[in-house]
Amino acid sequence: MAKAISSSIDKFEQPACGKPNINHANPLSRTMLAKLDYDQLTNCMRCGFCLPACPTFRETGLEPESPRGRIALMKAVVDGVMEPDQAFADQMNHCLGCRACEPACPADVKYGQLIEQTRDALEEHAEHGLAVKGLRNVLFKGVFPKRGRLKWIGRSLAFYQKSGLRAITRGTGIMKLFPGQIREMERILPQASGQGVVERIGTTYPAKGEKIARVALFRGCIMDVLFADTNVNTVKLLSEAGFEVVIPDAQVCCGALHAHSGEMDQARELARVNLQAFKDAGVEYIVSNAGGCGALLVEYDHLLQDDQQYSELARWFAASVVDVSKLLVERGRLPAFDEDNAPDAAPVTITYQDSCHLRNVMKSADAPRQLMRRVSNARFVEMKEADRCCGSAGIYNVTQPEMAGQILEHKMEHAARTEASYLLTSNPGCLLQMKLGVEKHGAGSRMEVLHVVDFLYERIARGNDEADGSKGSG
Amino acid sequence: MVDEALTRRLRTIVGDRYYRDDRESLVAHSYDGTPMLQHLPDGVIYPETAAQVSEIMKALSEYRVPVVSRGSGSNLCGGTVPVHGGIVMVMHRMNKLVEVDMENLTATVQPGMITAEFIEHIESLGLFYPPDPSSMKISTIGGNIAECSGGLRGLKYGTTKDYVIGLEAVLANGEIIRTGGKLMKDVAGYDLTKLLVGSEGTLAIITEATLKLIPPPAVKKTMLAMYKDLYGAARTVSRIIEAKIIPATLEFMDNPTIRVVDDFANLGLPRNMEAILLIEQDGDPETVERDMARIQEICEQESADRIEVAETREHADKLLTARRSAFTALARIRPTTILEDATVPRSRIADMVLRINEIARKYDVSIATFGHAGDGNLHPTATTDARDAEEVHRVELAFEEIFEAAIELGGTITGEHGVGLVKAPYLEWKVGHAGIDVMKGIKGAFDPLNLLNPGKMFAKETRKRVVIERG
Repeated sequence: MAKAISSSIDKFEQPACGKPNINHANPLSRTMLAKLDYDQLTNCMRCGFCLPACPTFRETGLEPESPRGRIALMKAVVDGVMEPDQAFADQMNHCLGCRACEPACPADVKYGQLIEQTRDALEEHAEHGLAVKGLRNVLFKGVFPKRGRLKWIGRSLAFYQKSGLRAITRGTGIMKLFPGQIREMERILPQASGQGVVERIGTTYPAKGEKIARVALFRGCIMDVLFADTNVNTVKLLSEAGFEVVIPDAQVCCGALHAHSGEMDQARELARVNLQAFKDAGVEYIVSNAGGCGALLVEYDHLLQDDQQYSELARWFAASVVDVSKLLVERGRLPAFDEDNAPDAAPVTITYQDSCHLRNVMKSADAPRQLMRRVSNARFVEMKEADRCCGSAGIYNVTQPEMAGQILEHKMEHAARTEASYLLTSNPGCLLQMKLGVEKHGAGSRMEVLHVVDFLYERIARGNDEADGSKGSG
Repeated sequence: MVDEALTRRLRTIVGDRYYRDDRESLVAHSYDGTPMLQHLPDGVIYPETAAQVSEIMKALSEYRVPVVSRGSGSNLCGGTVPVHGGIVMVMHRMNKLVEVDMENLTATVQPGMITAEFIEHIESLGLFYPPDPSSMKISTIGGNIAECSGGLRGLKYGTTKDYVIGLEAVLANGEIIRTGGKLMKDVAGYDLTKLLVGSEGTLAIITEATLKLIPPPAVKKTMLAMYKDLYGAARTVSRIIEAKIIPATLEFMDNPTIRVVDDFANLGLPRNMEAILLIEQDGDPETVERDMARIQEICEQESADRIEVAETREHADKLLTARRSAFTALARIRPTTILEDATVPRSRIADMVLRINEIARKYDVSIATFGHAGDGNLHPTATTDARDAEEVHRVELAFEEIFEAAIELGGTITGEHGVGLVKAPYLEWKVGHAGIDVMKGIKGAFDPLNLLNPGKMFAKETRKRVVIERG
């Protein structure tokens, strides 16, 4: 019914269908026009239902910091209403990518895809300083995709932590030369290891009792260096519940950090390697224990939709990916969990921080809670706004420390109010961020941060010979 | 472009952080919840106090720069699109609950407070604020007052206007006025409070409101009645009212709406039904039982296919939340959803549903209908694509005829969404030439320089009526 004012919106006039036919002078605008899904941009009808779900809007109250605002900005660039300047790029990078706006959107706008397409375009035109360029190259091309180098880093980190070098480093005050957020991270980093899950238990692990299904573990790159214990516990817990587990050793990083940072081609390359690694494993499910990885794995079909050679395999892969909690709840033969089996063996209160990608993309919010509620002698208390991003968001806490810090502070206020002695979560990034929060905001004396899997595995009822007290990483 | 000296003055009033004229801010304040409307403002300002609003208005009056005050920009009539440029004034920073007076049962609140947060707080104190527009999770009390928002509880409890008893507002010249108060009776002069409610930001900028609170009902019961026959559902609505029962909520959804809402909410709604009614009654337990039993009887007489009573409060709330998503969920069918809120006397609801479907067929457009059937307020929603100009034109013609039909049935062009830009060309159809003149006189008295939300409410010219008047 816009006719009455159509003259005032001439410059926004649109083509009959498809993308606008504009020859942008600005190269970034041209790239965005090519890369962005214009139908998705049009599907946002600006009702604003996403605003209360968005952490950055909640922190700032500013429209450009909301999903509706960001989509309007993207569309303005594509429509030629706005030149994409540095402020535009900053705004796009300010998004946590938690995707809490997606389940809130009645119109089903794929915001996650739009922000990734935008970052991909931005990355193509980014003028990183030499140092940043170098670091990105090293990390995205040299480290995450390369198992050997990751292991080496794990071993070096382990050496640093164990050898006394850490004590010396801290003693000399050299850490003070690093930016605050790196310094804080260094303090809470768990014991790293060069021994990943395969080195510890091999590539296949039998099911306990009658086999329900054969499944494959996606071990992740950071998970397997910093949280290898959690990977081991995941395999053993799956085995307890009746699953035979294989761990294809050729698998690599999922590519999520690449995709979220605009390195889409790199992400696709890694996805192809993983498809090859899992295709002959003969498994019914591909199990992820990290929400961040899982969320990209279930979208491999979208990532490779234009890849003729791999698109079909990608659809199979995406359909096979499942979160460990969901698989346990829906198909598993669950052992009894009892807090009395835990080292501290006193009735405890536990609470949970959702992994955004587990909740909003893998749609697994209920399963971890069901598992936690099954633990006898442990009281599960829902934390206020547990479904809200903790500010970790991949490498967001390093790139956007101010906003991440603000979000974390609010998160820890809610955590403290639960009076829980365990804060559980389902993703390595969230795990690190929660540890950082507990360390920084003082709840540290009482609250332990653990992966749900580690917490559960320690509480499998005794008399079960596999539950030999292997401890989690916390 | 805003004059440099004015920009400096505005920055001095609110501080550099809270006046913005960068491109990102302008683009992000160029639209609201209405489809296909967009226009860039020249600046965006975020005041923190009524005193700042007053200073801002003095400056803007001096420089003759227009201003659009807004909350979250979720309105559906183009009410906050700055079609004449100027300054968009966002009230989000003025979001405090000033006071809840437990002796007088009133709340005093700043305009930027989110409605759902306000309601949640009031309910935690054992009190009740009924207006619940579907956008309440994001819309603000100030926005609700400016648009006189309705909601799902309108038929029994009334709309925003029935709960606003006092206002503080800043006039175009910067003067601050106070109207009404914590008073249940007050006839001192014209009722400026009610005049400002629903004035769509064209008369003054609301900076504080005193709201009436009521005791909450003891119990609530929610029922879903499902129909294979659309008109059976519509007739049920009129018959319930005829039976002298006023439910708290009486919502209607047709088949396309049921499908998209269920796609979004996953509640297992019956996808094969032509229509469902979502009915809620509240009050003391005996009355609720009696009313619900009688309503069930009427539903059965009108050949409802199935009737289900919500087992838990949680499930009932999920049903209500799902219904609130209907408008946006319809965008799953086609990217653009254009909805109107023509309203008829509730005895004519079945006639109106019939007419909407005839009109949709005539213009070959797809229109899904849902709405607050119990108060005669339907939301026929066209699903279309803004990029298809020819189809959008047919949608416009269809809506013109729907407005005409509503008026013919004794109804109005808008029940709760407001006139704004979208319905300005049709206002005269409802209020007549003399009515328009009186309203323009009021506008002139409040805002002689036409700075407050210009271009809204009054169109340059009225649309010619498309159908010859029959009654």
